[in-house]
Amino acid sequence: MSAVAATRELTFSQAINDALRLEMRRDPSVIVMGEDVAGAAGRAHLGLVDAWGGPLRATVGLITEFGPQRVLDTPISEMGFVGAAVGAAMTGLRPVVEIMFVDLIGCCYDQIMNQAAKMHYMMGGQLDLPLVIRTAYGTHGFKRTYGGGAAAQHSQTLYSVLAHIPGLKVVVPTTAYNAKGLTIAAIRDPGPVVIMEHKFLGGAAKGPVPDEAYTVPIGRAEVVRRGTDVTLCGIGRMTHVCLEAAEALAAEGTSAEVVDVLTLAPLDEATILESVSRTHRLVVVDEDTPTASMARDIAARVADQGFDWLDAPIKTVTAAECPVPFAAVLENLYAPNAERVRAAVRELTG
Amino acid sequence: MIPRPMAPQLPPTPDRELLLWMYERMGLVREFEERLRTLVERGVPVGPVHFYTGQEAVAVGVCAALRSTDWIASTHRGHGHCIAKGVDVRPMMAELYGKATGTNRGKGGSMHITDTRVGMLGVNPIVGMGTPHAVGAALSARVRGTDEVAVAFFGEGAASMGVVHEAMNLASIWTLPVIFVCENNGYAQATPVEYAVAADRIADRAAAYRMPGVTVDGQDVLAVWEATEAAVRRARAGGGPSLIECLTYRYYGHHQGDNALRYRLAEEERAARERDCLRCYRAVLLAQGFEAAALDAGDTRNRERLDAAIAFAEASPVPGPEELLADVYAEEVHG
Repeated sequence: MSAVAATRELTFSQAINDALRLEMRRDPSVIVMGEDVAGAAGRAHLGLVDAWGGPLRATVGLITEFGPQRVLDTPISEMGFVGAAVGAAMTGLRPVVEIMFVDLIGCCYDQIMNQAAKMHYMMGGQLDLPLVIRTAYGTHGFKRTYGGGAAAQHSQTLYSVLAHIPGLKVVVPTTAYNAKGLTIAAIRDPGPVVIMEHKFLGGAAKGPVPDEAYTVPIGRAEVVRRGTDVTLCGIGRMTHVCLEAAEALAAEGTSAEVVDVLTLAPLDEATILESVSRTHRLVVVDEDTPTASMARDIAARVADQGFDWLDAPIKTVTAAECPVPFAAVLENLYAPNAERVRAAVRELTG
Repeated sequence: MIPRPMAPQLPPTPDRELLLWMYERMGLVREFEERLRTLVERGVPVGPVHFYTGQEAVAVGVCAALRSTDWIASTHRGHGHCIAKGVDVRPMMAELYGKATGTNRGKGGSMHITDTRVGMLGVNPIVGMGTPHAVGAALSARVRGTDEVAVAFFGEGAASMGVVHEAMNLASIWTLPVIFVCENNGYAQATPVEYAVAADRIADRAAAYRMPGVTVDGQDVLAVWEATEAAVRRARAGGGPSLIECLTYRYYGHHQGDNALRYRLAEEERAARERDCLRCYRAVLLAQGFEAAALDAGDTRNRERLDAAIAFAEASPVPGPEELLADVYAEEVHG
C-alpha cells in the first residue's frame, strides 16, 4: 500500500502551521504561546476569535481546534512568557513559543541564553527542556511592496548570537517541505531549538508538502544542487540566492554546487567539507553582518579542517557592516544578492 | 473585574509533627551553612556561596505549606529553599565540592542546585529570572490537569526587575496557582531597600496585578506558614496568584567574603540577631509545652546529617573529563 503519499501545495508558513497542528493532535503536552498567536484573546463572546495568527500567520486556526488552554496569547512581555515557557518545559510541557521578530530577542535574551540553553548541562542532565522558539527574521524591502523595508530594528538576522550559545540548537528552514519537517523535529527534540523563519520565505517559498507528519533531521545540511567547480554554502533565504547565482554561473560555464546549511548549531561540518573536497572552492553566503558571523565561522572551520582541499581562498558574501537601512535602494545594497555571489565566484575561478 | 478576596482564613493549626518538622528543618539550614562557613575558612574550594543564614523561617515556613509535588523557583541565595523543599544535603554538599555525586553532577555549584524530583526548579543567580519559571510550572500544572502550585521566591532587589512584574502580570491574567514570595532582607548586595524601591511595602505592588498582597514578619516561621497556607489554599482552589512579602535579614554579607559592615551598622546587625528566627521559634515551642529534649534531638540529627554530608562530599569522586562535553544537548529521542 505504498501509494504515492498525499501531498498539498503549501507555503512555508502554512507548512509550519500544519506541523504545529499535527504535533498538537499527537501530543497533548504541546502548547503554543506568544503575542497574537491567535489574536482577539478573550473576545470569543463577541464572536471575535483568531484575529491574527502570528505575524506570518503560521499559528492561524490553532485556537479554534485546541482552545485557549493550549494556544495562549501573551501580553507584550517577552522575558516573562519565554521564562514561563522555560518553566513549563521543565515541568512536563512542550511549549512552542513565538517571538514575533528576532529583533526582539533583546527583550528575552537572558531566558534564552542563560536559562533555556544551559539548563540541561548546568543541572547535570537531570531534566530535559523541550522548548521551541519560533521567530521571524530578515530583510524584506526587496519585495518592493513598500517603498522600503522595515529598517534597523525589524529586519535583522541575528542567528549568530543564538548559535553562539552552547546548548541551543538553531535551524533555518528554506522550503515548505523542510520547514514542516524541521518544526516537527524541533517539537520532538528534548532540548531547546530555535527556528528562524525568513519573513520573505514565509509566503513566497511554496512547494509540495506531504500530509502526514515527518521529520527533517536537525544537525544535517543538504546538497541541493550538484556541481564541480565551487561550493556555495547558503543560510536561509541565501540558499535561494545561491541557487539563482548557480543558475547564472552555469550559463557562464561554471558548475556550482549549493549546500543548504539548514542547521547552524550543531553545524553539519561533514557535509560542507565533503562538498569542498570535491569542488575545492568555497563561497559562504549569509544575510547576517560579517563580524562574528556564521559565514566566518563556517569559513574558519573549513580553513581549519579542509585547507588541503582548497585551491583558492574562501570567500564570504554577507550583509554590509551596518544597521539595516530603510530605503529600498540602500537595503538592496545591504543584503547579499545573486550578482554579488557571482562576482565572488569569478574572483575565485579567475 | 473585581479582585477576588482571600479565602476566609480559618485559624491555621499546624499539627505537632509539622511544628517539629519546621524546627528541625530550620536547624538543618542553619547547620548546613555554619559548616559551610567553616569549610570556607579552611579553604575548601566550595565556589561562590550566598549565605541564607538569618532567613531560615522564610524558606521553611513557605515549604511547610507545600506538597512534595508542588514546585519552587529559587534565587541566588538558595540553600534554604533547597533544604526546605527536601533536597538531600549529601548531594547538595557534594555539589558545592564540585563532585560527580552532586545534585548537578558537579556542573552547577551553589548557584545552580536543582532537584526536580522534589519540585526544586533551581537556584538561579540571574536576579529575578526564576519567577517566570514558577509561572510556567503553574501553567504546566493546569494544562496537565493537576492541582500543583508553584512558588516564586525573589528578593527585594529583584522586585525592581521587569521580569518579576511580567511574571506577576502573566500569573494574574491567566489566574495561575503561583505564590510570589518576596524575601525582603533589606539589601540588594550593598544597596538598601529604602533607596532602591519606590514603595513603602513591596506587598503593595500586588494591587497593581489584581492579586492579594500581605507583608509578614519573616522571622516568625508560623506567620510565614500561615500566610503561605492561605495563599496555597486559594491557588489550589483556582483563585489565582498571591504575593507575600517576608521581612527578614541576612546575617552575613551578600556572599562569602563580603563585609556587610561597609554598608550597614553593627547596631542594626545586633538588633536583627536578637530576633533570631530559630531561637525565637524554639522559645515558642517550649512555651507551648514541647520538651527541650525533643528539640535537642533534632539538633543532634542535623549535626549528624552534616557530618555525613561532608564525609560523603569528601569521599566522592570528581567528574571525569568525559563530563566536560556531556549533556550540552539532551539525548535525542527519535520517532
